[in-house]
Order: sequence, then structure tokens, then C-alpha cells
Amino acid sequence: MKPFTTVSAVAAPLDMINVDTDQVIPARFLGRPVDERYPDYLFHDLRFDADGAERPDFVLNRPGFRDASLLVTDRNFGCGSSREHAVTALVEAGFRAVIAPSFGDIFYANSLKNGFLPVRLPDEVCRRLRGMLHDGPGGEITVDLESQTVTAPDQTTWSFDIDPFQKRKVLHGVDDIDDTLGEIDAIRAFEREYDARMTWLTTRRTR
Amino acid sequence: MMPRTMFDKIWDQHVILEREGNTLLHVDFHFCHDGSFNAFAKLAARGLPVRRPDRMVGTPDHYVPTTSRSIDDLASDDMKRVFRAFERNFTSHGITHFPIGDPRQGIIHVVGPEQGLTQPGLVIVCGDSHTSTHGAVGAIAFGIGASEVTHVMATQALWQKRPGTMRITIDGNRPDGVTGKDAILAIIARIGAVGGTGYAVEYAGSLIRAFSMEERFTVCNMSIEAGARCGMIAPDDTTFDWLKGRPFAPAGEQWDAALGFWKQVPGDPGAGFDREERLDGAALAPMVTWGTSPEQAVAVTGAVPDPDAEDDDERRAALVAAVDYMGLEPGQAMGDVIVDRVFIGSCTNSRIEDLRAAAAVVRGRRVRVSHAFVSPGSGLVKRQAEEEGLDRVFTEAGFEWRESACSMCVGMNGDVARPGERTASTSNRNFRGRQGPGVRTHLASPATAAAAAVHGRFVDIRGL
Repeated sequence: MKPFTTVSAVAAPLDMINVDTDQVIPARFLGRPVDERYPDYLFHDLRFDADGAERPDFVLNRPGFRDASLLVTDRNFGCGSSREHAVTALVEAGFRAVIAPSFGDIFYANSLKNGFLPVRLPDEVCRRLRGMLHDGPGGEITVDLESQTVTAPDQTTWSFDIDPFQKRKVLHGVDDIDDTLGEIDAIRAFEREYDARMTWLTTRRTR
Repeated sequence: MMPRTMFDKIWDQHVILEREGNTLLHVDFHFCHDGSFNAFAKLAARGLPVRRPDRMVGTPDHYVPTTSRSIDDLASDDMKRVFRAFERNFTSHGITHFPIGDPRQGIIHVVGPEQGLTQPGLVIVCGDSHTSTHGAVGAIAFGIGASEVTHVMATQALWQKRPGTMRITIDGNRPDGVTGKDAILAIIARIGAVGGTGYAVEYAGSLIRAFSMEERFTVCNMSIEAGARCGMIAPDDTTFDWLKGRPFAPAGEQWDAALGFWKQVPGDPGAGFDREERLDGAALAPMVTWGTSPEQAVAVTGAVPDPDAEDDDERRAALVAAVDYMGLEPGQAMGDVIVDRVFIGSCTNSRIEDLRAAAAVVRGRRVRVSHAFVSPGSGLVKRQAEEEGLDRVFTEAGFEWRESACSMCVGMNGDVARPGERTASTSNRNFRGRQGPGVRTHLASPATAAAAAVHGRFVDIRGL
């Protein structure tokens, strides 16, 4: 997995609550291969109208935000469907992190598995950051995982929380499956005891 | 020992090891659907086998057409590729699966319980957010993304941080016309779309206990719409009676052993929860959503809220955006909302009882919307409904009677409405564009959606 250490980049304010993963990538694109068209699927129906023309009001179509690699948004970003394609679309479009007061649980987990950082900051901080970005399009934000800080365009810095176990994995790009298979003896020992007790569990028809 | 909640008891039994406050959790069953091709490809890229094929089961549902049972009829090459991959993956790994054409095929969250694989005391995962459905029998069941699906395939385990526990209690007798769908919409309207975030939710109280298994599945199914990691209901005789005799449920001596274990699954008396919520069951009413989040729900006798009543600028802007997208007026009565299409189906409401409830409303009436159809939750649900004559009730009223798939809940199989159209849907998400670009979705129970089909607008089923 690609590690995440620190990113300083243009950030875009997305003033929407409950941005579900159907908004991030509509379902009709989920069967498509990951290729050079993938960045266009990101926020597709928010960015483009029915004829494929850009909606001028959408933040990523506005001057100063077109090259953004960070997003600052509102509560419950990434709620809804478990589709990991949402993270893939963000990553393929060049995004590295998203800052919000809260996230959909599954989106949060999916992000960390892809070295894409979901950063939780309080509601009022996200609001202030979005305000700064609106006032100064093209403003850069720095997200630093080691120090767990976000630095605003006006150099104000806030700390964010992340589980230390997850932080270490993302910071060093630890491969989860390799890590877990390193515990295979413990897994086997658990299963021997467990399966001996739960004898009726199988997806294979036995009668 | 301290009294423990049901969630904590099940969790503790699945701990393989702990590291830095995170748990490597054993997974009992991994349910799979046709969207699993990414995870299988990731596994293949690493040259890893499926570690426990005896703990996996699959059926295609997301991309499956409802108008045909032939892969040749699929709308696009992308979809044909998905189906070929499904068949190849499950066959080559030796995993039990119910392909298109098998009468057991259906929506995985209907099929798992129907086959008796969804059992109390288990940890169940699936690459789909509505996996919370299976918690209705007293299991920890939650949705995961493709990377975690790959991880479960490779290891039969998952790294998890223990969530908080929340109990939502609804006491009181069941009011007229109220179903499990109305209860869960009322819960989400109360606690909000982030109200359950970070929690495992247990539903309790006399109204929940009075719910059938079908209704309990509906309630737990939509836990994710409140942000919860999972939703669960303690197993009782309703659960055990429902499980008995199902194909993959234990039988004979194994049934006795399992039943002994299942009876120990409910939480200990006096166990404390991190958060408690209570709703008055007697105050519940048939519900319908007005907006673009499941939290935006009101009684069917209610009205679209007025954004001007909201003091906060950003909150007001969000309400205005939802009202605009939905093409409604602030203060408009839900009973005045004209519906174009009706969809009865999805992992939320496509079980036999749902179809019976909808058919009871439809019987002897005519559809007054431009299009209405039913997609039963599985081939077996479809067969049973046909044995009961429900298919004729629907078709004589003007509904289409289709095959089983996720269908217009997610629209991935091409079952979508047209831009600007308004649907009454028994599914779980009224997100913008969920049922097709520009489509306006209203969530409701099967009876309320059926009533909208035959009246052309939302009506209070209590007055029918």
C-alpha cells in the first residue's frame, strides 16, 4: 500500500452534508475498468449535466479549485454504499485526503486501505477552513500524518485524532494481508478450538 | 463477571488476538455477490487462495437483470464481463453459489437468511453496506469494502476496532398500519444519518419483540442509514422458529447443540450501553421520506419542512438543496405529492411478508402511476408468492412481475427511472440520482408504496 506521510496542496471546499458514495461515483460506473477515464467518474453527476457539459457552479469546475488534491467538506462524507470505487475515484483524480467532521464508517476504513487519508476535524474548524478556501481560491492546506496536524492557508494549525494502529499502518504503507498472515499460527489455533465447538457451521451442504 | 451486552458477548467469542487496541476478529461467514470481482482480482494478483471456501457463499444480485434470466441479454459488455467473472471465481475456488437460473438465486441479504446461513451468535461480513440486515437474528453483521473483502478471503479474519454500544428501545403496542419499515424510518429521522456512527446498535423493546423476522430484517437492514456499524436484535422463539428446517440450519442433534448456544446469545440483564435512545411505539405512524437522505422522513400525514424555519445558514442551505432537488414546495403536504413510478423490492422489503402486505393494498385496484413493478427478494420468494397467487394480484392491477435482483434500489442492472421522475420505493436510499440521474426517490413501506401505486400519490393506508 502507498504510504501517506505529508501533503501540501490546493484544497477545495465542498459545502454539502451527507455526500454519499453514490455522489462520489454513481453506480453505473462501478463495472468499468480503472483506466484513464476513471477521474471523470468522480462526482460525475455533480460535475457534469445530462449532456456531459460541466456544471459551472460545482466547486471543482471553478477557477482556483480545478487542480485541488484535498477536499474540505461537511458531516457524514462517504456515507451509504460500501463501494471502494469511491476511494479509487478520488485517488485516480489526484486527491490525497479529505477533511470532514464525520465520515461513513465503511468509507473511512476503505480510505485507510488505500493510503488516502480521511481527517476528522470539528464542525466549526471545517466550516472555518471552507470559508478561508472560498475567500482565497487556490489556497493550500497541509496535512501531516506524523504530527497529526492540519495547517490552514492562514497558517493556523489544528490537531486531529487517528487510531495509533491505523496511523502506523498508513504512515508506513503496511500491507494488511501480509501483516495478518504473519499471525497465521494464532489464527489456526483459534479456529481449531472454535470449529470444534461450532460444529454446525458450514456453507457446504452436509445433509 | 460484569454483565455484557449481546454485542460484547459475540465479539469476545471471536477475538483471535489484540494489538494496540485493535482486534483481529474471526469471521464465521463471508457472503458474496457479483460485485466481488475486484476482490477476487486482488486475491489473484497476489497468488493467494480463498482460505476458507467452506465459510463463503455467493449469489449474484447487483448486476442481475429483472427482465431476463439469460446472460446473453445483459445490457453491456461490462455486465457480461462481471457475470463471467462471478461464475469463474466461485467455481474455481469451490465456493457454494446460487447462479442466475438457480431458484435459490436472489439478493444476498434475502438469500443468506432464507437458506438458514444467517444464524445467531455469528460474525458475518459481506462487501455490501446492507449486511447489517443479518444482525436481526442476533449476529454481528456489517459491510466492508473490496480491500477488506480480499483480506477476509485470504485470512478469514478482519482487523476491527471495537465500536461503542447503543440501545434503541421501542415499547408500546403496534399502532395501526405501522411496520418495521416505518419504525426504522422514524428511528433514523430521530437520531439522524450520523446518529449511529461509531456504534453497534441493539434494537429492543416490546414493539421490536412483536415484529416478525421479516420486519426485524428490515429494521436492521437500514441501521447503516443511521451510520451504525451494525444493527442487531436478540434472538428469541420468533428467531428459532424461523430458522428451523432451513437448508443450512443445523438439524437433529446439531440443532439441539446450536439452540443451546443461541439461547446464550442475548445480552446479560443489567448490561450497560454507551448510549440509550427511546421511542414511543404508540406514537409511530406510516412514514415516507421527503428529501435526499433517509433522515429526511415524516409521517405520511405530515408535510415537507420549511427551510426558513432553520436558523443555521449551512443547515438551511442543505434543506433548500434537498427540497429543490426533490421538486417540492416547503410546507407541501406529503398527501399532495404525485408519484410517477413504484418499485417494490430490494434487500430492505422484498420478502414474502412484504409482498403480501403490498398485494393486500393492490388487490382489486388499478395502478395509477406510469410504471410499477415488483422484484421479489429471491427465486424462492418469487415461487412462494406465485403459489399464493400474489403475482396475479399484481399483474391484474397493472404491475410488472419480474425476476429477483437489487434492481431499482441501486440501478446497476439498468432498472432506473427517467430524470425528473418521482418514485415511491420500498428500498433504503433516497440519495440524489440513486435510481437514475435526476430521479426523485421517496422511501416507504411496501403497503404505503403499493397504495401510492394505486392512488397515484401518497395516501395514509390507515384510511383505506
